[in-house]
Amino acid sequence: MKQWFERHAQTLVGSLGRLWQQPFATMLTVIVIGIALALPACLHVIVQNVRTASGGWNSALDISVYMKPQATLEQAKRAAERIRQRRDVDEVTLIEADQALAEFRRNSGFGDALNALKDNPLPHALVVRPDVEFREAGRVQGLTQELKQIDGVDIVQLDTEWVSRFNAILDVIRSGVLLAAGLFALGVLVIIGNTIRLDIENRRDEIEVTKLVGGSDAFVRRPFLYNGVWYGLAGGLTAGLIVAIMVAVISTPVQRIAGLYGSAFELEGVGAVGWLALLLGGAALGWLGSFIVATRELREIEPK
Amino acid sequence: MIRFDHVWKRYPNGREALTDLSLEIARGEMAFLTGHSGAGKSTILKLIALIERPTRGTLVVNGQNTNQVTRSKIPAFRRQIGVVFQDHKLLMDRPVYDNVGLPLVIAGVPEKEIQKRVRASLDQVGLLGRERSRPIELSTGEQQRVGIARAIIAKPALLIADEPTGNLDPDLAIEVMSIFKRFNEVGVTVLIASHDVHLIERYGVRRVMLAQGRAVDGGEAPVVPVASVSPMAPDSPPSDITATPPDAPLVLPGIRAD
Repeated sequence: MKQWFERHAQTLVGSLGRLWQQPFATMLTVIVIGIALALPACLHVIVQNVRTASGGWNSALDISVYMKPQATLEQAKRAAERIRQRRDVDEVTLIEADQALAEFRRNSGFGDALNALKDNPLPHALVVRPDVEFREAGRVQGLTQELKQIDGVDIVQLDTEWVSRFNAILDVIRSGVLLAAGLFALGVLVIIGNTIRLDIENRRDEIEVTKLVGGSDAFVRRPFLYNGVWYGLAGGLTAGLIVAIMVAVISTPVQRIAGLYGSAFELEGVGAVGWLALLLGGAALGWLGSFIVATRELREIEPK
Repeated sequence: MIRFDHVWKRYPNGREALTDLSLEIARGEMAFLTGHSGAGKSTILKLIALIERPTRGTLVVNGQNTNQVTRSKIPAFRRQIGVVFQDHKLLMDRPVYDNVGLPLVIAGVPEKEIQKRVRASLDQVGLLGRERSRPIELSTGEQQRVGIARAIIAKPALLIADEPTGNLDPDLAIEVMSIFKRFNEVGVTVLIASHDVHLIERYGVRRVMLAQGRAVDGGEAPVVPVASVSPMAPDSPPSDITATPPDAPLVLPGIRAD
């Protein structure tokens, strides 16, 4: 067992040394793999961030409760009080009809037209902000239903439609990212496979000699598998760095935008899990790509 | 050790390399394959090393019928044979140490043991201390000897060589041949293909003459060797060598038997 480890460690280091001897060719391959892995990783980071950001919008969601036109201010205050006492409600703001009209007059520019009206056409309204812990679509929906039952309430408006649409679109994009990741993984497989094929071609003599003195297919294949793993690992590392750099570059402008919208949103990077996935995924792809190609190619090379 | 029984070999291009060859080489024997180029010398060695397969007939090497050695068993089969090539087939970008030690690396021998045996093996061929050299820095004769050191390091019971002196001047050729002779003296079966008739005549060993893919002389039974004319020839007659027990461990000078 110790010997087995010794052998493998030797081959592992040996193949690394070999790659080191051709720094330019190795670098090119690693960069290509890195970019191929970085593209889906970037998309993933973007989707992840959009999701986090839209989660913020989701939670900023308020429910508008309009009282019946004939409801008195007293009734509206009572309703507000009742709602305020609910566990799933964080905050209730009462907007009196007169106040709303004044605001509307100021902002809409219909001042004169409104002057022509005898009565205030606007009802009293309540803005209900659900408690953080109850801000799930189902629970908010339930809350809406219950608010409708309250005496004097006319219309309860919950504007979640666009949020769920947006989330649905995000889900589509996420599956798109997954597909893209699969496609790029296939690309990485092909890149590594082709590189290994060239490696094998370059070392044909060595392979023939090794087989002549009794080297098995598995023995001859081993260094190429390690090559593939090194390529994949280095490619994963490169991809992680590319994403990290991109996040670093755009995080400042994003923060500025978020700041303008009064949000403390901060761009998330790849994260520990993401790094692990890139490195392990890269290594696994490298191994698989070289395994497929080396198994096939090495069978063909026989001493003459 | 080697038995060709009505073996035919036709290459894909239609060339008949061997036509009904029957030939037996006894364990512990040393023999030369001679004949013009194209007579089938190389084909015989390739069949023994399973580089090629017989088209017809059976070939038994070291008790194994080669027709029954499947593709996956070939590596293990080859490990019991030492092969020396005319173009030595060394890895030119690797030091002598790596070249000679390769068969042991394949066999999974521990590194310490490899170091010892590479040195012993190089000592056998008179190249001790050249471990770190690259084959490209060595002379042709030295390269050939590195090839021999690689062939013997795993202590094979059978050593085959294809024109091992082909590229060497006469002095070097004699030197290389005497190395083979020494191995034969400790019980290794040695089969050498060579067209160098003058060189062969120096050694009192069996000669198998090939022509048109069959043995025309010396193929049927071991010829009683002529009186030794070579200073390298053993004191005892070869019949004693063939009497070496088949499975006796080989103890080469400088190589520790285990």
